[in-house]
Amino acid sequence: MKVLVAVKRVIDYNVKVRVKPDNTGVDLANVKMAMNPFCEIAVEEAVRLKEKGVATEIVVVSIGAKACQEQIRTALALGADRGIHIETDEEVQSLEAAKLLKAVVEKEEPKLVILGKQSIDTDNNQTGQMLAALTGMGQGTFASEVVVEGDKVNVTREVDGGLTTVALNLPAVVTTDLRLNEPRYASLPNIMKAKKKPLDGMTPADLGVELAPRLSTLKVEAPASRQAGVKVADVAELVDKLKNEAKVI
Amino acid sequence: MSILVIAEHDNSSLKQATLNVVAAAKAVGGDIDVLVAGENCGAVGEAAGKIEGVSKVLVADNAVYGHFLGENLGLLVADLGKGYSHIFAAAGTTGKDFMPRVAALLDVAQISDIVRVESEDTFVRPIYAGNAIATVKSSDSIKVVTVRPTGFDPVSGEGGSAAVEALDNVQDAGVSSFVSEQVAESDRPDLASAGIVISGGRGMQNGENFKMLEQVADLLGAAVGASRAAVDAGFVPNDMQVGQTGKIVAPQLYVAVGISGAIQHLAGMSDSKVIVAINKDEEAPIFQVADYGLVADLFEAVPQLEEELKKAL
Repeated sequence: MKVLVAVKRVIDYNVKVRVKPDNTGVDLANVKMAMNPFCEIAVEEAVRLKEKGVATEIVVVSIGAKACQEQIRTALALGADRGIHIETDEEVQSLEAAKLLKAVVEKEEPKLVILGKQSIDTDNNQTGQMLAALTGMGQGTFASEVVVEGDKVNVTREVDGGLTTVALNLPAVVTTDLRLNEPRYASLPNIMKAKKKPLDGMTPADLGVELAPRLSTLKVEAPASRQAGVKVADVAELVDKLKNEAKVI
Repeated sequence: MSILVIAEHDNSSLKQATLNVVAAAKAVGGDIDVLVAGENCGAVGEAAGKIEGVSKVLVADNAVYGHFLGENLGLLVADLGKGYSHIFAAAGTTGKDFMPRVAALLDVAQISDIVRVESEDTFVRPIYAGNAIATVKSSDSIKVVTVRPTGFDPVSGEGGSAAVEALDNVQDAGVSSFVSEQVAESDRPDLASAGIVISGGRGMQNGENFKMLEQVADLLGAAVGASRAAVDAGFVPNDMQVGQTGKIVAPQLYVAVGISGAIQHLAGMSDSKVIVAINKDEEAPIFQVADYGLVADLFEAVPQLEEELKKAL
């Protein structure tokens, strides 16, 4: 069974986010970039499926500028077999990303597509679902467990009230939540080996997709900051303040 | 303009988040219709008809919608939504599941998790885990939007008298089916809509100690939450998680106990009206956002809090 994993290059999750002074966006100049954490979980899940003998080949795809080949190489070092880089310097919005991935799905015909549930930059939580809709596939979003059985996959999903399990016909789309697995680190020999693994480059035009963003960002601002309040001496003072000053109890 | 609001419910009762989403729709202006899709959900349709400011309620009552499968809801909402200028749903796990499908089927963008409406085509939403706030404008003819409920004060769920219309629109994608669910049972209010939330962090040391918080919560009629650190440590289940990767809450009172205040936690609760922090480390970042900070050992402070509340309430 072939598994396709999509990964995104984003700001490293440890970096403090700063809004540009001209309010046009977030400052990414000279900022450490990394694979989106939910995408790391997606790669790990694919590698585990391969280790279990369920997956036979893992293809990793990323969309973006030349630099996102770094994240493809990281995925190859973690155990993916080959990479596809869809190169563009333009901003790619979720719907366009889903259309590009649909074109890759039509070429590669994977049985399972695994994506992170959202990227930690735009926080959209859309691409996997859009890809599933465009290809007519079922979706297991916010997955905490993925079990392939014959021509179906059972996905346990983290939902507001608890957990729910759905059965999906293959091919299907899975988007990862935090508790699906704990990603491994790439070993140095595997990082060296990854440099020799195949990585195909293509453009949106090669895939017949025209990038046409529908949303424009008018401004990006820093959030209103909260002021630190007062320290109270003991619990009695706390309860008194909550009752008589803040009037919330 | 005409807006289709998708009701959030569990087939028996309407979730409060729907009232927040209707409030967001009112901020856009125009006629507001509410879709209730589910199975044996007639009572929800009746309740939706009473929401203030709603023109019409559409009820799609069929087994294919019973478990809110995104594939089937996506087809239904995309089919109905063609006739509207806006489609709004709460940014809970159900809305986040089916709304991007709706947008893709209609070939429009989706705007996620809005906290403010600037105009009919311009919306404000947090990005980078709430570390930046973006204002985005859509050029699509249909705006597909998920709404963060805490961003909007709810409209009244009483006083409306909208017509309730049954729909005969059965959409079954045939690619997915429901297997089972594990619903967290609790007598306490729902975390996302509770007026008071008391949360524990890694400082709680184990799941057993959360009982102390539950006792205080029961005195206050509060919901109990947790930080990601407490969830990752296995103290409590993930559906209690407050934070960027868990639930976003904005209660009148938020009490953080043994929580250091990582950015990812603050992103989920910093819109609360009053924040109380109890932590023995006076350098903990949570104190920078707390209105009232108590530097104390929580194992002494929480039982005292319970006693003091019994006296004060």
